[in-house]
Amino acid sequence: MSREIRLQTPLTDEAVTPLRAGDRVLLNGTVYTARDAAHKRLIALMDDNQPLPFDLKGAVIYYVGPAPAPPGKPIGSAGPTTSYRMDPFAPRLIAAGLKGMIGKGNRSSEVIEAIRRYKAVYFGAIGGTGALIAKSIVSSEIIAYEDLGPEAIRRIEVRDLPLFVINDTVGGDLYQEGMKRYAQAP
Amino acid sequence: MREIPVSEVTETVARLCVEANTDLGADVEEAFRRMKETEVSPTGKEVLDLLLKNARIAREERMPICQDTGLAVVFIDVGQDVHFTGGDLEGAIHEGVRRGYEKGYLRKSTCHPFTRKNLGDNTPAIIHTHIVPGDRVRITVEPKGGGSENMSRVVMLAPAEGVEGIKAYILQRVRESGSNPCPPIVVGVGIGGTFERAALLAKKATLRPIGTENPDPELAALEAELLEKINQIGIGPGGLGGKTTALAVHIEMMPCHIASLPLAVNIQCHAGRHKEAVL
Repeated sequence: MSREIRLQTPLTDEAVTPLRAGDRVLLNGTVYTARDAAHKRLIALMDDNQPLPFDLKGAVIYYVGPAPAPPGKPIGSAGPTTSYRMDPFAPRLIAAGLKGMIGKGNRSSEVIEAIRRYKAVYFGAIGGTGALIAKSIVSSEIIAYEDLGPEAIRRIEVRDLPLFVINDTVGGDLYQEGMKRYAQAP
Repeated sequence: MREIPVSEVTETVARLCVEANTDLGADVEEAFRRMKETEVSPTGKEVLDLLLKNARIAREERMPICQDTGLAVVFIDVGQDVHFTGGDLEGAIHEGVRRGYEKGYLRKSTCHPFTRKNLGDNTPAIIHTHIVPGDRVRITVEPKGGGSENMSRVVMLAPAEGVEGIKAYILQRVRESGSNPCPPIVVGVGIGGTFERAALLAKKATLRPIGTENPDPELAALEAELLEKINQIGIGPGGLGGKTTALAVHIEMMPCHIASLPLAVNIQCHAGRHKEAVL
């Protein structure tokens, strides 16, 4: 049975461990946006032992490249992008303290294992609901890689951002479980 | 000979870019409502409600339905009795995309394939021109998102694999795509022609209104059979489980070479965005 849980970032082991695939979460606090190109640069910084543009400890990264903010709004449409493209980078970030990822679509076995091992969580947002999700984002500021345009790293503040727990610390996977539950053919 | 200034093309393309990205098609909205009645998963029903709510906000606030406002795929059917004046046609289309994406606060997503540097104005448009009889011009803009496009494939099947091979490939493609392409999806299928024509047929198939079937009864039956089988996989709305994995399967077919059986599967996300106008 799914539950609704209100969470505040940065996330801790204590906050993440009880979460189970299928739980609904209302996320509050600071979240960082990053996609393919930003991930590549973050990993390059880590390779060179350089400081990152934000503190990974307890952080949540949202895989999103928002549309431009229309006048009077903090951000444009801002739904999730497909997460598997960040799979090659995610385990390294998780090992370094990243606690949460927000996106859509299945993760690799390496990411799922890192989530279990380091106590993290993968949240799903509903793809293609960017206008609705934007209503939960109260502010947005570019903090790195402005040259990447929509792919720049932004610090956003979210209020009751509605999410589903997809992958949890005990190996649960909502996409797999949901599909199995409703499959009518082998 | 009818003269049309290319500035009209630019203005029309710009308007269609904004409309396609902010105003969900009536056929799609109707399909969400219809599928909500048959969806068995409570979460699935809830996701369909979220999609309807998102569409309402997008329409009322002129916000893009999705932040991925796509590459601008532009189909232009040009009547052979039309003479464009005041500039070049393709340039006018690109300019329309540039203006529409700027004015509509749409995301610019074109980049250099190697450096990934964003080009900043969402050009070039992907233009498909077709010369047709008459003196009218039909323009269709289909903003195509990366998530669903990445799940699409062209494959050259062996002729002996036949219709069973085609069905198996399509079902496998949808299954492997899972939650990635933003289900419930529209599955555009192109069969026959050559390598590139199959892909174009599949893309054109995504434009057909949901709820319509191929006029060929054999293909209509194949569409219905595939839709039923896809909706038994269990992926569901948002990929969270359920029976609404696809809103429609649309097939377009043409003759092919005796040695080949080209098949293209173009996956379209649940928004199925496209708008058209006739000049």
